[in-house]
Amino acid sequence: MSTTLQDARLAKFARRKLTNQVALLLSLGAMAFGLFWLFWILFETIRLGIGGIAFATFTQMTPAPNETGGLANAIYGSFLIVTMATFVGTPIGIMAGIYLAEYDTNGWLASLTRFVNDILLSAPSIVIGLFVYAVVVSQFKSYSGWAGVMALALIVIPVVIRTTENMLQLVPSGLREAAYALGAPKWKVITKITLRAARAGVVTGILLAVARIAGETAPLLFTALNNQFWNSDMSQPMASLPVTIFKFAMSPYENWQQLAWAGVFLITLAVLGLNILARILTRNKD
Amino acid sequence: MSNSPPPNPRRQSPLPDRLFGWIAKGAALLTLGLLAGILVSLVYGAWPAITKYGLGFLTSSVWDPVKDEYGGLVMIYGTVATSFIALLIAIPVSFGIALFLTELAPAWLKRPLGTAIELLAAVPSIVYGMWGLLVFGPILATFVQQPLQSAFGDVPVLGALFSGPPVGIGILSAGIILAIMIIPFIASVMRDVFEVTPPLLKESAYALGSTTWEVVSKVVLPYTKAGVVGGIMLGLGRALGETMAVTFVIGNFNQLDSLSLFQAANSITSALANEFPEAGEGLHQAALIYLGLVLFFITFVVLALSKVMLAQLNKQEGTKT
Repeated sequence: MSTTLQDARLAKFARRKLTNQVALLLSLGAMAFGLFWLFWILFETIRLGIGGIAFATFTQMTPAPNETGGLANAIYGSFLIVTMATFVGTPIGIMAGIYLAEYDTNGWLASLTRFVNDILLSAPSIVIGLFVYAVVVSQFKSYSGWAGVMALALIVIPVVIRTTENMLQLVPSGLREAAYALGAPKWKVITKITLRAARAGVVTGILLAVARIAGETAPLLFTALNNQFWNSDMSQPMASLPVTIFKFAMSPYENWQQLAWAGVFLITLAVLGLNILARILTRNKD
Repeated sequence: MSNSPPPNPRRQSPLPDRLFGWIAKGAALLTLGLLAGILVSLVYGAWPAITKYGLGFLTSSVWDPVKDEYGGLVMIYGTVATSFIALLIAIPVSFGIALFLTELAPAWLKRPLGTAIELLAAVPSIVYGMWGLLVFGPILATFVQQPLQSAFGDVPVLGALFSGPPVGIGILSAGIILAIMIIPFIASVMRDVFEVTPPLLKESAYALGSTTWEVVSKVVLPYTKAGVVGGIMLGLGRALGETMAVTFVIGNFNQLDSLSLFQAANSITSALANEFPEAGEGLHQAALIYLGLVLFFITFVVLALSKVMLAQLNKQEGTKT
């Protein structure tokens, strides 16, 4: 074999090897790039947020510019709206998930519902806000906590449907058949056997849904609006943590910005905590 | 004692059973109704603007609440431009991450690294927004925008792109932050579809002497093409509809007078977030709802395409192996 051919082959091999190494290096770089943002955001959130956390943050109302205060009403409002939305949205989501997994697995209605659900899952949340505004706020001529609850509940539903359906499908059909063989009616089989077997997964779905809505701002902007004062009346405009952060962060006032950072810290902590908890729950299940 | 069987108590009236079934079906129908309800209410709310402007709304760049004159081009341009920049950055990075997670990472690192990237998706958008406005924006202005401007300010096309005030607010910053937000969505879909590639295919390629890169680019990627495009579409859908992060950094400026990436602009979502609560009933509100309708329509099409693409891959998987 001539040496020139040999050389050409070696050169080609070297080139291929080099391309491979460059590609893999870039891939490593991409991974580092992704992690870099996560750590930078978390670092800044902690650095700037922890300074704003004080006892007063949890006990005092949102202040006027350049006065001292806390986030008590916003935290309470967020808590109330998120809890109610979860209670409203979860049963609907679970029932629809049951329908998809147990009643109509391959029919046209189920396929259509799955398709629509996947779209709702990623639909812009501000459009949900517009919808609730049109249906609730403009009909009753008033912004209210209930409108906020409805907007967030509409975001909970698709998340819960998705996880419930997936988790129910993982339940081995032998379990169902055993229960049917004992003469149990379908609704009992579902509630007592399959749903129970898929419990951890369903709970994970609910946790993820809560995490998702806890940080949602856009759908609350023109449903629950905001409120500077303590309010437990859900038919009134209600403060929430994300909306308060939005208002405070965009302001030029030093103390508002600091409270906004404290709020961002609290929300990030809650949301990431819920996400990690959800993951731990499913991991034990595997 | 006659041993007749006990009177068979017909198992409970099937009423609870049927009831349960109805409720389940009702919940599923409710989801369908929700989509229809959103569409109907948006069309209804936007009707005054639709009848007045028709499709010309999409190409007019006048947005003047004082004169009650509205056109959506500025916002539509902002939404499309920011999402485009986001995809430009997010696609290669997500591909790199998926490649790393499926082919390179040692087994014990796969799970924690995958979780870390997914957590990036869990961070609420308001956190991205505030961080982008107060931390990232100023840094981008000093270390990226100003050098770019002084280096390329005189070059014909690039100079126009990099003109405008380098203050860290505008289309470029919004695009970068959107990119960070959609990377986890695209990366995890890519990772999932890369993992469905039959090992036999990959092993055959390795056995012929292919390098890892050649296996990924010539075997895995062609096999998962539909899924990869589906994942990108999903990311695009997210980017188009993202509200808070964009509202913080885009600058909310209703003018379209240059191609500059540094110029403050507006997007559909941020126009809604900023103006809707203050817009009185009437044409202003209707025009904003019209914008919302346009956004919903675009995201609907993009997400539907994404769904179809991903379904295609699943079907293929069933027949080919």
